[in-house]
Amino acid sequence: MALNYDGVIEKYEPTLGLEVHVELNTNTKMFCGCATAFGAEPNTQTCPVCLGLPGSLPVVNEVAIESAIRIGLALNCSIAPFSRFARKNYFYPDMPKDFQISQYDEPICVDGFLDVEIDTDEGVKTFRVDIERVHMEEDTGKSLHVGGSTGRIHGAEYSLLDYNRAGIPLMEIVTKMIPGTEKYAPQVARAYVTELRDILRSLGVSDVKMEQGSLRCDANVSLSPRGSGKLGTRSETKNVNSLRSVERAIHGEMIRQGNLLENGERIIQETRHFLEESGETRPGRSKETAEDYRYFQEPDLVPVAPDATWIEEIRASLPERPSVRRKRLQVDWAVPDKEMTAMINAELLDTVEATVKLGADPTKARTWWLGEISRVANEKEVEATSLMTPAQVAEIILLVASGELTDKLARAVVEGVIAGEGSPRDVIEKRGLKVVSDDSALMAAIEAAIATQPDTAQRVRDGNIPAAGALIGAVMKATGGAADAARVRELLLQHLGQ
Amino acid sequence: MSFIYKTAAEMASALANKDVSAVDLANEHFARIESVDGDVHAFLHLDKEGALAQAKSVDEKRAAGEKLGPLAGVPLALKDVMAQKGIPTTCGSKILEGWRPPYDATVVTRLKDAGIVILGKTNMDEFAMGSSTENSAYGPTHNPWDLTRIPGGSGGGSSASLAAFEAPLAIGTDTGGSIRQPAAVTGTVGVKPTYGAVSRYGLVAFSSSLDQAGPCARTVLDAALLHEVIAGHDARDSSSINAPVPAVVAAAKKLDVKGMKIGVIKELGGEGFQKGVSERFNEALEELVKAGADIVEVSCPNFEYALAAYYLIAPSEASSNLARFDSMRYGLRVGDDGSRGAEEVMSLTRQAGFGKEVKRRIILGTYALSSGYYDAYYGSAQRVRTLIMRDYEAAFAKADVLVSPTAPTTAFKIGEKADDPVAMYLNDIATIPVNMAGIGGMSLPCGLAPEDGLPVGFQIMSPAMKDDLMYQVGGTLEAALNAKWGSTLISQAPALGAK
Repeated sequence: MALNYDGVIEKYEPTLGLEVHVELNTNTKMFCGCATAFGAEPNTQTCPVCLGLPGSLPVVNEVAIESAIRIGLALNCSIAPFSRFARKNYFYPDMPKDFQISQYDEPICVDGFLDVEIDTDEGVKTFRVDIERVHMEEDTGKSLHVGGSTGRIHGAEYSLLDYNRAGIPLMEIVTKMIPGTEKYAPQVARAYVTELRDILRSLGVSDVKMEQGSLRCDANVSLSPRGSGKLGTRSETKNVNSLRSVERAIHGEMIRQGNLLENGERIIQETRHFLEESGETRPGRSKETAEDYRYFQEPDLVPVAPDATWIEEIRASLPERPSVRRKRLQVDWAVPDKEMTAMINAELLDTVEATVKLGADPTKARTWWLGEISRVANEKEVEATSLMTPAQVAEIILLVASGELTDKLARAVVEGVIAGEGSPRDVIEKRGLKVVSDDSALMAAIEAAIATQPDTAQRVRDGNIPAAGALIGAVMKATGGAADAARVRELLLQHLGQ
Repeated sequence: MSFIYKTAAEMASALANKDVSAVDLANEHFARIESVDGDVHAFLHLDKEGALAQAKSVDEKRAAGEKLGPLAGVPLALKDVMAQKGIPTTCGSKILEGWRPPYDATVVTRLKDAGIVILGKTNMDEFAMGSSTENSAYGPTHNPWDLTRIPGGSGGGSSASLAAFEAPLAIGTDTGGSIRQPAAVTGTVGVKPTYGAVSRYGLVAFSSSLDQAGPCARTVLDAALLHEVIAGHDARDSSSINAPVPAVVAAAKKLDVKGMKIGVIKELGGEGFQKGVSERFNEALEELVKAGADIVEVSCPNFEYALAAYYLIAPSEASSNLARFDSMRYGLRVGDDGSRGAEEVMSLTRQAGFGKEVKRRIILGTYALSSGYYDAYYGSAQRVRTLIMRDYEAAFAKADVLVSPTAPTTAFKIGEKADDPVAMYLNDIATIPVNMAGIGGMSLPCGLAPEDGLPVGFQIMSPAMKDDLMYQVGGTLEAALNAKWGSTLISQAPALGAK
């Protein structure tokens, strides 16, 4: 009988390894001055260097070096005082030079770690993921295989090549082997990539958009029979394009390997592709014959030797760790765990913080962003932050606080801003959404209400104060909600001698 | 008398004095090329249109009184390894047939900015791999001194164009002697500057850590004038030296070596060197002594391994540099009939597009870099390289410049060594150590070997970033020899052509 996940864990211990590729968000490419904007017309961001034309030479982008150092320091790595680029030689049609400039035995950052927290049966537990290295390299071009059923090169009628991506700076962050995660292996992997993504975003070095490929994860996993003390053969799963997929891919791969081992088969060391729909993996290129990349020092580039003072300056400029910041904000804003998680998952923490910094009440800010604005964003299938700015939301919250708007009016203002009617002030003007604070106008409405409900008015005069609710409701209805209900109540009771 | 027999410096002054126009000078050279290049085959491609446009522009600027560079209007032949915008650049290979670069090499930009008139692209051993120009896919170049002989290589086209008076200046590139050895066997001057002195941007790479472009000319002063045009820091080349260019023109004009110490490298002479080569070399040394220099003997024991190490490093780098010729985007494409995949088309293209010597070196280099062999081959070769640098350091502690014959023999017959690669490789025994150490090297003529009447080259080596020293010694020696002979050596070259 086939083993399920629990059955696999009962008999085998998993060992993880994660390789994350991050595209840096530098304005120019790793070795030339070409632009790096995502989504430009194919082959419009190229030059002799990133096209690898005969005679062209690479020159290192200093901003990329700085980003690499920032990443290394944030991941508790040592920064090599002297590191070198190497050529990794292999053929692929979208590789302009048929070698990739990378780093081999002398990477820029080594020996770091990242602590991640996950929920376990015994409560929240911290796992330390050791980081082997962070190195710099250049991205390849992109192939689009046209014709054929699979979209892969096999069976395609022809292929289109786009070199805009060729030469975009890429960082590869490689963990050491991660043992001891037990049944939490999939969660640890996800938590690691999540924490890494948050750190990279806080450093401002990358867009970290998995769906656009600016953050890519290769997940390695192997199983060894409990107590054997022997490492199993690993597989490397590529095409893992979301955080959820990281977790699912490892989960699926552990079940696959466990069942193979259970049937006495051996694991092949190979690259596998994650299938988003089924959560399974299929084999890619077999690595039975290890590819020989014939690494050697890149003779066209001088070694990278960052100045020690520069490194310290960068260290001093590092932002607060995202996990630390989250804890701080949760306490400062008094947010319950569930709401905090919701805010983080919606990726609205920065936005809410920006809104709070502009003077808004933290709870109100959170409620607006996660409530009304997110609801409309979901309907329209856009990002909440594309609908409104923190400044607009803060302005509305402050207007409510000062009594110039009621909650109901505020909703209308939000609707108007989203509809493109201009700033909150513009919407208030155009729609006439001012709170009716003019007592004479209110009195007119109160008298009208009394005239239509004389019996109710009499009951109030007789001391039945709660009966006033019906009259207040009528006034509010008459003013379209633009009245301050408290003031209406005050004036009404006064008028009726109470 | 025609202007073509003059030196570049003389042409420059005739242009400045308006004794001749740049257009007329270019046309005279094109006429000469037409009359002799059928025999010599120095050029692969002529750019009459571009050259005459540049010459016209220089003439107009001069007429308008604009300030021009010292070589403005002087013609030049460009080795076909340099990318020139819109002009075929083949590197002597079929695989680049039809490729017109969309950009100029930095050297080309500087030549154009200096008002130099680029006549065309010169023949070379395919991808600069060879010592005879026989490895060109477009047929060999013939030595103007004896058309049955090789003009040296890889830059045989550049040097032959000078010796045949098809151009007064040329650009060469030197990875293991490709500027100096052709200069030696054609009776001309060739300089490999310190590694990093001249930008490699746009030089189609053979072996990146050894390649260096440099000036070729008929006199030391002309080489110096061209040197100052092309040298200097370039932000596009990471290995480019960011320091002022040594004053090589001033050094070439010094004509004084009194008190200078000149080291003769013991290992680069004697056995294996042609008798007439050694004789002429020793006579030239005597001239330097007469001029007041002190001769010291120095030993460089590790040079013994230089050739072997070179033939690991250069092919290793070449195997990677030439990988990009995969038929995907430019140059030759063979077998793309819709039935074959990318890798098969690449393979067929390389089979047809690369010549024998290039394939030999790609295979050698691929093997040397393979995992399991890297340390034994590439690793050891790099260690030898360090030892060679130390040999030079020790030698330069005893002498200001070092000297040797440039090549062990005079020009050999076309076809003579074509089937014996090792014999061919040995021709570079005296030039290779210079590239391995990244220092400067110059070859200038020191006479004709008595046994065959062919030119012999005298090599001067100067420490890194002190290229002025070899120009100083070279200029002095050239003047002394011309005085001794009563004329220049090149004036004894065969007339060629109809007249």
